[in-house]
Amino acid sequence: MNDPRGLPMDAMGESGGPGFSIGRRRLLAYALSSPVVTIAAGFGVNLATPSSAVAAPMPLMPADSVDYYDVGDSLVQFGAPTMPLVKLSVGTDGKVTLEMPRLEQGQGIATALGMMIAEEMDVALSDVIVHSADAQPELRYNQITGGSSSIRCFDPVLPVMAAAARARLLAYAAQQWGLSPSSLRVEAGVVIAPDGRSATYGSLTVGAATLPLPSAQPKDPSQYKVIGHFTGRLDARDIVTGRKKFTMDLAVPNAKPTMLRMPSQIRGQVISVNNVNAVKAMPGVIDVVVVPPGGAIVPRQVGVAVMAETFGQAWDACRALDITWGDGTNKGQSNESIFAALRAANPPLAAPPSGALTIDGEFEFPSATACPLEVECAIVDARADSAEIWAGMQTPIVALQATAEDLGLPEDSVRAHVIPSGGAFGRRLFWDPVQVAAYVSKATGRVCKLMYHRSDDIRHTRLRPPQVHNVRATLLGGSVVSYEQHVAAIRLDARHGYGEEGSARTGALPEGTPQSLGNLSYEQFFFKTMVASPYNYGFSTKVLTPVTFDWNTVSYRSVHIQPARLVEEIITDEIARAMGIDPVAFRLEYLRLPRARAVLQRVAGAAQWGKAMPAGFAQGVGVHQESRSFTACIVELDARDPKHAKVVRATIVIDVGKPINPSGIEQQCHGGLAEAISLVLNAGLTIKDGLPQEGSYSQYHWARMIDFPKAVEVIIMPNIGDPVGGMGEPGMSAPSGAIANAYARATGIKPRKFPLNAQDPFVATPPGQLPAPPL
Amino acid sequence: MPTYSFKVNGKAVRVTAPAGMALLWVLRDKLGITGPKYGCGMNVCKACTCLVNGSAVTACSTTVSSVQGAEVTTIEGLANGDTLHPVQQAWLDLDVAQCGFCQAGQIMAAVDLLSRTRNPTDADIDAIENVCRCATYGRIRAAIRAAAAKMP
Repeated sequence: MNDPRGLPMDAMGESGGPGFSIGRRRLLAYALSSPVVTIAAGFGVNLATPSSAVAAPMPLMPADSVDYYDVGDSLVQFGAPTMPLVKLSVGTDGKVTLEMPRLEQGQGIATALGMMIAEEMDVALSDVIVHSADAQPELRYNQITGGSSSIRCFDPVLPVMAAAARARLLAYAAQQWGLSPSSLRVEAGVVIAPDGRSATYGSLTVGAATLPLPSAQPKDPSQYKVIGHFTGRLDARDIVTGRKKFTMDLAVPNAKPTMLRMPSQIRGQVISVNNVNAVKAMPGVIDVVVVPPGGAIVPRQVGVAVMAETFGQAWDACRALDITWGDGTNKGQSNESIFAALRAANPPLAAPPSGALTIDGEFEFPSATACPLEVECAIVDARADSAEIWAGMQTPIVALQATAEDLGLPEDSVRAHVIPSGGAFGRRLFWDPVQVAAYVSKATGRVCKLMYHRSDDIRHTRLRPPQVHNVRATLLGGSVVSYEQHVAAIRLDARHGYGEEGSARTGALPEGTPQSLGNLSYEQFFFKTMVASPYNYGFSTKVLTPVTFDWNTVSYRSVHIQPARLVEEIITDEIARAMGIDPVAFRLEYLRLPRARAVLQRVAGAAQWGKAMPAGFAQGVGVHQESRSFTACIVELDARDPKHAKVVRATIVIDVGKPINPSGIEQQCHGGLAEAISLVLNAGLTIKDGLPQEGSYSQYHWARMIDFPKAVEVIIMPNIGDPVGGMGEPGMSAPSGAIANAYARATGIKPRKFPLNAQDPFVATPPGQLPAPPL
Repeated sequence: MPTYSFKVNGKAVRVTAPAGMALLWVLRDKLGITGPKYGCGMNVCKACTCLVNGSAVTACSTTVSSVQGAEVTTIEGLANGDTLHPVQQAWLDLDVAQCGFCQAGQIMAAVDLLSRTRNPTDADIDAIENVCRCATYGRIRAAIRAAAAKMP
């Protein structure tokens, strides 16, 4: 099998053995210099035929490439060549450690990968340690966390690594005892001979590392004892006892609390600081640093930083700064002006043929903030000849490389430690707090422990781009003959590339322009490899028109998929209504793939679709496919007050192909449901004069306990041999469609402008200022 | 600068700090107790929820001077050695956490609720305003109920 970029496989590593197959996938074995493991890298995982269901999709015109190649496939492929460099080791204490080149941000990948190791090596999960690897530039494209791809990247590889490690340990024990390896068995990390002799992995590991690398076959799924079973997080006990350390919890010696006060507009400027000396004289204040424009690859966040002995003092001093701000690049822009620009940018929809019935809609989505509960933060120790970074980074390699450039240091003198983060949701694809902390550390000669204030974290965050969708579905002769969806959105910054400098710089070409050609290519590539249609709507197109604003944007969980698919689910209900067909029956007729139909049928039964509902209440349905996963959702909505609609019940069916950890899958479904409740009903940013007005969770209405339905059922479809699909993002779109459709059915109001619920007025913190602590 | 004496997790502490400094920064930056998290500093997200004399407060909106002589309990002080508090145990049993950042505050809010009522209603649980961006709300509700049944 050839590498899709045209490189012969042997160019990437010593070819160490015959290919072998896992399920229907062909894998190629490598022999490695790594002391413990043999590895196989999977290519074309999803290009092969994973199941008969995918083998014969119904035609979608023009051909929808996502069925055959999606962004996750690209991440699997680009990551595969350096998988042999991923470290799996067995300590003399018997602990098995994986240095995972991904960020654990709560999505549960560390636990899922740990389960794969426990399964293949026959060790207790409590003896498996999975932590994020430091940035390893030699991993190239294999250290980016995104695209719901982590499990897809590792499922074809890690079981092979772990099985080989086990085989090597057994081979050494067998050699010592003069027995055949096949006569040995393993229980909880102890190798046991038929005569009763035994040895722990920990006692065998040093000797085993001297043996040649064996090839080994991972277990057949029918033997699984760990994978597929509800498993608690590896770090659960540390979390409930307060021992889990996030970046700001690290005791880095002499690291000094630092906060940054940010401008009065997005991408605004500092003209002058008018009371530097007075602020420097405040209690606990160590230094005041103006952070100017600059930064390699992407612009640095501008502002005025205060370093102090405590964060409380840094915040007080930030508030006391008298700053003259300069305008930003979006002076005067508001939600209204942005929507007008987006509306004007969308190309017109095709005129329908005579005699056709059309279903049209124009949809508005305001900016959204990922707002992870851990604000953006980083610790940087920048010295004359070296630097060290601690942060939750989705792209640590390019963060390291860009920081080295910012500091004028060679790349190999910078170390970057990837710290588990308190959420990320795409936000930490960019490393702006690292940029700022590096600048401040260099300017002050001290270790900078930087944390944004929540208010500025929301206002100056990288936003999900605001967007306008124009849609036309055309019905002729009693069936849907075409579906057009035109999406105009503020350009999405993708200059993180595939997580390392080369692809990031490609995305930034030509450098310094607000919308680079490279970025445009990435945007269109991501759109075309993510946004699909599950329906057979004849001539079906979705077109993205990025609109250039010099604006801080980033891929928000599911990127363009949630709004695009939400719109399509709404229009689908409206088509069904126009045709007088039940929405579930209509979908079953028009869905292209059997797996999509299966999850819909299952959810319709489980949720008792069509049951009588009280006045003001309604059920709504949505179905979705993404990242090789299929999901359907039915909600019950209380919309007696259409300004304060509330989801009261949700039933979700998810088919991820091969479920690894049902606990984590259910959690991601809950997260997707909350995203849907928030984005569809309650949360959106209000831009006024180039700045979001919202500055806290009391103003930006991310779901809370009271918003989350008390009755939520998640049904995971059984493993029938399909490859593992993504899970971090696919859970959003089906509930989004279900909620909007329930809203329409309950109120008779077509959902068009999001969020649908009334937004209570609030008093915004004045631009360029920080609120006072409530003391 | 004044000095304040109080107990944190059963241990007497003395700190020198401005009277108006938030307890959160005293705990985190002066005492190195990092379980309570900063999420907003505005008494909105509640990630810094602790107990003062057994009742929940947000440490970001509590001055150090107001806890003079008081008993402060953070997430680190909830377990009895290796024996977890029933709320912590329920959190483990139901695998509540995702990223974990808000969970110290969520657990302390639940402990506070169960100290006030052994049979919390849905409305009681809905009144917990702690933000969880990962959305562990469903499991939190279930864990509070499970813990309520096991409270001594």
